[in-house]
Amino acid sequence: MSTKTNYRLVTLPMVALFLGGVIGCGDGPPRRGEGRGGAAAGGSELTNAALATYVAPGDLDEYYLFYSGGHSGQIFVSGVPSMRHIATIPVFTPYPGTGYGFDDESKEMLGGYTWGDSHHPGPSETDGEYDGRWLFINDNANGRIARIDLRDFKVKQILKIPNISANHGSSFVSPNTEYVTMATRMSIPFPEGTYADVTEYATRYKGVVAGIKVDPNSGDMTLGWEILVPPFNYDLGDSGKGPSDGYFFWTCYNSEREFIEGGKLEVTASQKDKDYILMVDWRAAQAAVDAGNFETHAGAPVIMPEDVSDIAWFIPLAKSPHGVDVSPDGRWIIGSGKLSPTTTVYDIEKIRTAIAAEDFEEIIDGIPVLTYESVREAEIPVGLGPLHTQFDDKGNAYTSLFVESAVAKWKLPPYEDGADMNQYVLDKIPVAYNIGHLVAAEGDSRSPDGNYLVALNKLSKGRHVSVGPSIPESAQLIDIQGERMSLLYDAFTEPEPHYAVMVHADKLNPIEVYERDDPQWPSHPEAVWEVEDTRIERNGRMVEVWMLSVRSFFAPDVIRVNQGDTVRIHVTNIEQTRDELHGMAVDEYNVNLVIDPGETKTVTFVADKAGVYPFYCTNFCSALHQEMQGYLLVR
Amino acid sequence: MVAWLKRLSNSLDRPLTGRSRLLVAVAVLVLIPTFFAPLWRMNFWAQQYPEGLDLHIYSHALVGGDGGNDLTEINVLNHYIGMEELREEDFTELKWIPLVIGLIGVLTLRSAAIGNLRSLLDLLVIAVYFGGFSLWSFWYKLDFYGKNLDPRAAVTVDPFTPPVFGHKMVGQFEVWSYPAFGAYLFLAFGLLLTGAFYLTLRRPAPDGESRPETSTGG
Repeated sequence: MSTKTNYRLVTLPMVALFLGGVIGCGDGPPRRGEGRGGAAAGGSELTNAALATYVAPGDLDEYYLFYSGGHSGQIFVSGVPSMRHIATIPVFTPYPGTGYGFDDESKEMLGGYTWGDSHHPGPSETDGEYDGRWLFINDNANGRIARIDLRDFKVKQILKIPNISANHGSSFVSPNTEYVTMATRMSIPFPEGTYADVTEYATRYKGVVAGIKVDPNSGDMTLGWEILVPPFNYDLGDSGKGPSDGYFFWTCYNSEREFIEGGKLEVTASQKDKDYILMVDWRAAQAAVDAGNFETHAGAPVIMPEDVSDIAWFIPLAKSPHGVDVSPDGRWIIGSGKLSPTTTVYDIEKIRTAIAAEDFEEIIDGIPVLTYESVREAEIPVGLGPLHTQFDDKGNAYTSLFVESAVAKWKLPPYEDGADMNQYVLDKIPVAYNIGHLVAAEGDSRSPDGNYLVALNKLSKGRHVSVGPSIPESAQLIDIQGERMSLLYDAFTEPEPHYAVMVHADKLNPIEVYERDDPQWPSHPEAVWEVEDTRIERNGRMVEVWMLSVRSFFAPDVIRVNQGDTVRIHVTNIEQTRDELHGMAVDEYNVNLVIDPGETKTVTFVADKAGVYPFYCTNFCSALHQEMQGYLLVR
Repeated sequence: MVAWLKRLSNSLDRPLTGRSRLLVAVAVLVLIPTFFAPLWRMNFWAQQYPEGLDLHIYSHALVGGDGGNDLTEINVLNHYIGMEELREEDFTELKWIPLVIGLIGVLTLRSAAIGNLRSLLDLLVIAVYFGGFSLWSFWYKLDFYGKNLDPRAAVTVDPFTPPVFGHKMVGQFEVWSYPAFGAYLFLAFGLLLTGAFYLTLRRPAPDGESRPETSTGG
């Protein structure tokens, strides 16, 4: 009997060794199709989420959410908490829906470009609070910045300045809208238009950051100053406020300052452990320009840090950063390097002390690098791939985690000496999927509201009915009122929000018609308000038409020209009733105007095709909308 | 100890009983599908991969889930941390494993036909060694990939060994590594051989077999 047992003992380990053991296999991974997690699981949680986001028919949302439209070149406007898309504001790209880019004025403003890459909307501020006057937005592709008037939600100015290449670090607004930023993301030889091979990247290529001056009354933008900076990639920024008022901050990467042909920038720009935050004293920059301490390049006043000190500093930050944000009280500067699992908090007081003591690690192209250990307050282990930080009203910060696909909630200083920093990471919520930026209600202002947060995710992967391979982006509404964050709603947007701002609806007071004698709008020189004032005049080969539109006719409704004439039509929509828009499209001539009530638009074209071409109202206006038409006769 | 080893060696020339031969024959049948069935599986899950990424290891092939795309995706992700690309041609195991399985199959057939306990024990030893070596080789490969990271990679991570058996967090990924159907067939193969060995061994010793010389063993 005993010998028998022994034989078994020989064979059993053999079998066990065979497969290295198979015990404990029950704990497997989620299977395909499972794991659409993130949503509240319990029935009551779902009900609460539904109630929290339901805006009953006829009721209004609490907030405006202005999303950038990325390479669509537009801004999308949604309401929060419903997340309903309400309107699109065309900015850098023609938009037939509102006739943007078809009339002479907007066509000229677009400057021949048919697209832009709108990235970071920045609302105007008064005392660090959103004041609801203007919205600025940058074009990452073509060195431009635009200003939208929030009285009528229309672009009023697109400014292009020299020397800025790929304007990404924009549009960040100082607390009283003195300046809005622009910055070079992809350095080019300086000044603009110079040829130099990429082998000369380190020496001949330069970055430029700029302050765009904003007229406090009209909002008109002009170039204030440019600063020549090393050829790093200037990326995202924020404006100081309170104790940090007077500074602009930008993260930058590729401090290796090289572009090696075929070397893959993703690799070459990730070799150093630290990149930088660039900090600029914009009052000092303004003073330097006022004092004439600049050089003029390509027509722009450029400050050279080699010649003018105490204007710009670098602050070391974990490599490959994509976001620096200033806390609501203005004391804490928060930077995130997306290849480091931590977010770094800097103290503006320590920064000032280090500058005063000239506590520098080195000086790069005239710009001192502050000693990291001297200015850092703490490193917070938020998680993988931290990018962008927003704030609530209770002293907490919310950082997007791209790699981890989550949002981390953490506590702002003060911290206990020697404490384990993990305890200050208070909560984490997974998002679907790969969050880039995030936005909290009034989250960049001095007094965030602390109720809603929207995660702007790069991927939506099957969380909507399929629309084929060109998959929209996802935006998720998160409730941040409690200790734990909770997911409320999935929304989807066209390509491709990079940033957003959430402004309380009370801050805005848009008009709904252009009133005929409203002093806030300069009266249009070509407007005609009475049928008897409408007319057609010929001046050589130019035929000019003063037309009006009203339900449901155009006056005049017949335009006779000769082939080859230049035709200029001014159309005034004399309606004073809200939502009574009229269109004016000319068939086969690529003419498409949409004129709001009280508005006048002008279109100029050459009548190069002979024949008879109807024109008609495109924007449904009335029961007799279909009858609202006329003829262009080209002899 | 000495006594039962002696008894074991004394029993080794016993021819297999009919039942044992039947089990060994069944073991051959069990071995055949291991050419085609996955031996091991690795599953990767992260928040932004709600469907997960799968890697199936066959005796002769490395196959990504989702029609092969998961392997491409795993390689794309790994390039950020400087891991060498996982390529089937670099896995020499996939060339010799089918050969060894075939060899074991042929030896198993031989045991079924003309085998005694000695041949069955040899077979078991070879099979266990083969199983153990294959596992070690798999571990060695994963360890090699996890520890030989390009120092110039965009993302610097500490060298690591991906899990061979069990669950591990690697970056934002939860990684599971477990045997798959083919490995369970191997287990069945081993059990069948062990059963066959035991069935013959438990029979009373035939007359010609020498008895243990001491009676105090065990």
